[in-house]
Amino acid sequence: MSFLKQFRPQFWKAGESSSGPFRQMFNYRSIWQKAILLVSIATLLPLLIITAVDYNYTEKSIESENILRTLRNGSNIRRTISAFLQERRSALTFIAKDNTREQLYKAVHLQGVLNNLQESFSGFVDLGVINQEGKQVSYVGPYSLEGKDYSNQEWFREMERQNFAISDVFLGYRNSPHFVIEAKQSLADGSFLVLRSAIDIVELQDLLHGLELSGRADAFLINRQGIIQTPTLYHGDVFAKLPYQVPPFSERTEIREELNQNGEKVFVCSAYIPLSPYILVIVKDKGELMKPWRDTRIGLIWFLVVSVTVILLVVFGFTTYMVNSMYLLDQRRLATLHKMEYSNKLASIGRLAAGVAHEVNNPLAIINEKAGLIKDIFTYSKPLQALGQEGQNLDATITRQLDSILNSVERCGKITKRLLNFARHMDSTIETIDLAAIVREVLSFLHKEAEYRNITVNVDIASDIPPFKSDRGKLQQIFLNIINNAFAAMDKGGRLDIHVKTLGAAGVSATITDNGCGIAEADIGKIFEPFFSTKTKQGGTGLGLSITYGLLLELGGKVNVSSKVGEGTSFIITLPLEPPATSTEK
Amino acid sequence: MRILLVDDEAEFVSTLAERLTMRGYQADYSITAGNALDLAAKHLYDVAVLDMKMPGTSGLELQAKLAEKHPAMRFIFLTGHGSEDDYSAGSRQAAHYLVKPVDINTLIAKINQTVFANDR
Repeated sequence: MSFLKQFRPQFWKAGESSSGPFRQMFNYRSIWQKAILLVSIATLLPLLIITAVDYNYTEKSIESENILRTLRNGSNIRRTISAFLQERRSALTFIAKDNTREQLYKAVHLQGVLNNLQESFSGFVDLGVINQEGKQVSYVGPYSLEGKDYSNQEWFREMERQNFAISDVFLGYRNSPHFVIEAKQSLADGSFLVLRSAIDIVELQDLLHGLELSGRADAFLINRQGIIQTPTLYHGDVFAKLPYQVPPFSERTEIREELNQNGEKVFVCSAYIPLSPYILVIVKDKGELMKPWRDTRIGLIWFLVVSVTVILLVVFGFTTYMVNSMYLLDQRRLATLHKMEYSNKLASIGRLAAGVAHEVNNPLAIINEKAGLIKDIFTYSKPLQALGQEGQNLDATITRQLDSILNSVERCGKITKRLLNFARHMDSTIETIDLAAIVREVLSFLHKEAEYRNITVNVDIASDIPPFKSDRGKLQQIFLNIINNAFAAMDKGGRLDIHVKTLGAAGVSATITDNGCGIAEADIGKIFEPFFSTKTKQGGTGLGLSITYGLLLELGGKVNVSSKVGEGTSFIITLPLEPPATSTEK
Repeated sequence: MRILLVDDEAEFVSTLAERLTMRGYQADYSITAGNALDLAAKHLYDVAVLDMKMPGTSGLELQAKLAEKHPAMRFIFLTGHGSEDDYSAGSRQAAHYLVKPVDINTLIAKINQTVFANDR
C-alpha cells in the first residue's frame, strides 16, 4: 500500500488535519469523487448506450439475414424436389396414356418402356402394372413381384379416388429404402389400371446433399408423422423420428428456432412439398450461422474495453490534476491571507503601541518636570534648612522620594521608547545592525514571562561580531517568533541559550537552544510549512515559523533545526553580512 | 543665554521654563505658535526647544518660520511622539531630537552643545 501512497495527491489528506478557525473552503476529496463520477457517467453512458444499441442491432440484422437466406434456401429446395416428383409422375402418366392395356400387360413391351424411362429419367428402379382388382399383372425390374396382390393395401384403395399417389419411404419387399409413385389410367370400359414404379431415395438424397448450405446445415425430408425419409447428416438414419416437433401445415416455407439435443439453438426451416407426403426440413446451427457476428462482437467488446480504460484514465488523471491545482491554489490563497492578516495585526499592534506611548509620554514629561521642580526647589532654596537637624532629615527624605519618582519616570520612559522603537521598525529598511541590541530588545519583551515561569535565559554574544546590514524589524520578528516558540515548548524551570558568533565573510550565526519538549522526527521537515501546527487546539495557526522562514529568506538567511523529543530543540540562524539585492529595492 | 520653549502642554512647558530659570537661563515659554513668533520678534533667542506636534501649526512649520526670521537661532525638537518621519525630518532641521520625558540635565547638555557648536 505504501507504493500507492506515493501516487496519492496532496489534497487527499486535506481537511483531516486542518481543523479550528482555518478550515479549508472545500472538501476536496468529495469534489474529486463527484467530478470523477459525473464526468465518467457523462462520457461512458453514451458510449455504453451506443455500443449496446449497435450490438443488438448488428446481432438482429445478422440473425434476420440468416433467417431470410435459410427461408430462400428452403423454398428453392422445395421447388426443386417438387419438380423432381412432378417430372416422374408426369412420365408415368404419359406412359399410361401412351400405351394400351394389352401393351402394358406384356412384359417384353413393359421392359422396353422401363428401359426408355431409365434412359430419360434417373431413379426409376422398376415398373409394374396393376389391374383394377389390385393384382400386379405385369412387372419388370430387379425383383419378382409379378402376381402380387395389393388390393388390401391402403394406397390401392385410395387410388379409386385419385389419379396418382406418392408413398412414404419404406423398405418393402426390396429391403432398401425407396418410395413408389403410382399413376392411374382410366380405361374406355370403365375399369382402370395403375402404373407403379419404385424410385430409390438415393436420387432425393443426392438432390438434398448436393446443396451448398451454410451453418452446418442438414437438409432432409420427413413425412407427416415426423419420420425421417432421406439420410441425414446429424439427425439419424432413415425411419428415425425427427427430434423436433412436426411443423403444422403451411403453404409457405416456415422457419422457427428450436433447441437441439445438445441444448444449442438451431433454426428449423420447414416446407410442405405439394402433392406428396413429404415435408422438407432444413436444420441450421444458429451458433455456426452467427459465427461472423461473434468475431465482430469480440472486436466490439475489445474496442469498448480499451475506450473505457482510456476514458477513465484521462478522467482520473485530469480530475486529479485539476482538484490538486485547486487545492494548491486554495492553500496559497489561505497562506497569503494569513500572512496579510498577521502583518496587519503586527502593524495595528505597532500603531497602537506608538499611540499609547505618545499619549503616556506627555503626562510622564509633566510628572518629570513637576517632580524635578520640587527637587530643584529643595536643592536650590533649601526651605527646610531653618528647621535645623529635623529639617535636614526631612529634606533628605523628600529628596529620596523625588529621586524615586524621577527614576520611575525614567523607567516608564524607557518602556515607551522601546514600544516606539518596535513600532518604528515595522517598515522595511536596511540599516547597520547591532545584533546584541536586537536580542536584548526582544528579550526585554519576554523577560517578565521568563521570570514568571522561572526560565533561565543565557545570552552569549561574541565580542567580535562585525556590524552587518539587515532589516531591524524583520530580525526582531524572527527572534521574537523563535524565542516565543522555545518558551512555548518549555515547562517551568526551562533553560534557553542564545549563542551568537561570527562566521567571517559568511556572515553571522545565532543558535537558540531550549530544553523543551522537542519536535518529533517525522515533523521536523514540516515545521516551516504553512498551517503545520501541533497546537491547533490551543489556537496555533501554524504560521509563526512559516512567516519566520519567509522573513529569513527575504534577508538572505538560512535556518537549520535539530531536535530530540524530550531533550530540546536548536534553531541555527545564519545571516549574511549584506542582504540580497531584491529586499533592498523596497 | 536666552531660550524659547514652545509646547502645547502648559503645565509641562511652564515648569520646564521655571527650572531652567532656576539654573540661570533666561527661559520664555509659549503654548501657541503665534505667541512664539511674537516673543521671537521681541527678544533674541539663542535656542528654541519646540514640540513636534502642536494643535494648528506643527513644530516643523514653526521652525521654518522662526529660522526664516532669525537665521542665527538653533533648534532642538522635543516630542512625545517617536515616529520615524518626524525623526528624520527633525534631525535634518534641528540640532537634536529628544523624546519626552527627558532628564533636565540631558536637555541642558544638548542646549549647551548646540549653542557651543553655534559659537564655533
